Amino acid sequence: MRYVIVGSGPAGLSAIEAIREVDGEGEVILITAEKFVGYSKPLITYLLGGKVTKENMYYRTEERLREINVEVRSATKVEKVLVDERAVVTHTGEKVVFDKLLLAVGGRPFVPKIEGLDQKEGIFTFTTWEDEERIEEYVKRRGITKAVVLGGGLIGLKTAEALMDLGVKVTIVEVADRILPVTFDKKASEMIERALETLGCEVITNDTVVEVRGRKAISSVVLKSGKEIPTGLLVIAIGVRPNVEFLKGSGIEVNRGILVNERMETNVEGIYAAGDCAEFYDLVDGQRKVIAIWPVAVAQGRVAGYNMAGRNVRYPGSIPMNSVEIAGVPTVSVGHSNVEGEEYEIFTYEDGRTYKKVVIKDNKLVGAIFVNDIDRAGIYTGLILQKLDASSFKEKLLAEDFGLVYLPREFRKKMLEGEMRIWLE
Amino acid sequence: MIGVRKILIREEYCMGCKLCEINCVAAQVGTENLIKIFRYVPELPEPKVIVEEHDYITFALQCRNCYDASCLKACMTGAMHRDPRTGAITVNEEKCVGCWMCVMVCPFGVVKRNVKKKKVASKCDLCAERGSPACVEGCPNEALVLIEVRE
Repeated sequence: MRYVIVGSGPAGLSAIEAIREVDGEGEVILITAEKFVGYSKPLITYLLGGKVTKENMYYRTEERLREINVEVRSATKVEKVLVDERAVVTHTGEKVVFDKLLLAVGGRPFVPKIEGLDQKEGIFTFTTWEDEERIEEYVKRRGITKAVVLGGGLIGLKTAEALMDLGVKVTIVEVADRILPVTFDKKASEMIERALETLGCEVITNDTVVEVRGRKAISSVVLKSGKEIPTGLLVIAIGVRPNVEFLKGSGIEVNRGILVNERMETNVEGIYAAGDCAEFYDLVDGQRKVIAIWPVAVAQGRVAGYNMAGRNVRYPGSIPMNSVEIAGVPTVSVGHSNVEGEEYEIFTYEDGRTYKKVVIKDNKLVGAIFVNDIDRAGIYTGLILQKLDASSFKEKLLAEDFGLVYLPREFRKKMLEGEMRIWLE
Repeated sequence: MIGVRKILIREEYCMGCKLCEINCVAAQVGTENLIKIFRYVPELPEPKVIVEEHDYITFALQCRNCYDASCLKACMTGAMHRDPRTGAITVNEEKCVGCWMCVMVCPFGVVKRNVKKKKVASKCDLCAERGSPACVEGCPNEALVLIEVRE
């Protein structure tokens, strides 16, 4: 049996570990476009900001992969999947034949059309360690003091924070009316924006970059509003799209992401997909979507790996969720928390420092937001994933002492005795 | 199949005395002497066991060391790992960057933020260094019991 895994992110690596749990013998080949293997992508902003060492960038090591008998081919891009020949073709033209294939190719940064963008120095996207090296080198060599970050999402904000740690003055430009428009609600966005401003970061909303000026290197950006901002660096962080263009015409079904069933298998038998490139169902609203977050990639990768190795494991679906500390403010957003409408029952708690919100639909918890006080937020995540009827305790959800003690006794007993599997069935 | 040590919670036996919390704190600072530690030991850490109470129900709750642990899947640094020696899920504070993904996904709400020095996740490790969980040893009513299960 030969397993070929394309992509060395959390989906690919957890699939490999799952395969090896079941099958110690089969041949496992990992092909990745990355130069560095086993590092954690979300840590690149921490690396830029000097908050993590190069050594600690790795959450798994190449040595470990070799120990479990994995052949690693790094800096190798897969350009085609030949479904009929059951092979992938790399950028060098080499064909690698597989029995089972996992596509864990992640996403690629989206770059909009902006006038004057091409062939200027000082313009970067920021999703890989190699991007980090380029940005760090540029900032240091050029002595950059001012930067513009286009995009006020999580990557944009963590990038801004890292640049500020390097002593760079940062302006964030976000096209929506507030930062974190997807992840948080208005109130939470405001609190995080204020925290960023106290660190000296400028935040511009309802605007976007329409032109980049400069000769060889960028010297300023012009916004839609007409405002011109002098800057030595532009980081484009407006989002990541599933990396699926290379599958066009392959016969593998793609919508936004690669379509998979609950076994993480595509429409082609023996070919699986997981992580940021895969599209599956949202556990709460039942809609097909790409949920590009770490824990989903790990869970999907594991399910794919088990199934590839011959087990029969189902993935129940997941929900969007994010946890991040920005400008010293810890935040958590889980499920469908930024919603409006009569069908939703919403409870909030607010004091000067803290904001908490829970969203209930049909007596079930479907979303929650926590700013500053995030302790025990996981209980709410668990309740959303379990779809537990909350009628008996919904009024207590934001009580200071809310905990398992308020849950129905039978449910709690099952939880405490470990009978409940929240992520995998 | 490996034998894994777990702490069994028996809420029907718990009186809510919170000795487990105090024993946990004492174990973390390395003393067996509970009397007056709150008076003589400066900057005590937070207990890693929580006593929940409401009406007549009380029980102590600490990390369940889940077989299929959410925190392990959510950790983006590799800091959260299963100690091969004890089987307990443990935080490598050196690697933890305080992203709080584990706090977000623990369905028991027992991974906490420790912000006293470096911001790191903090949780029960079944008293790995001490050998036997202090909360269990100190429970006067056997509301916490150490068991070994096969997984």
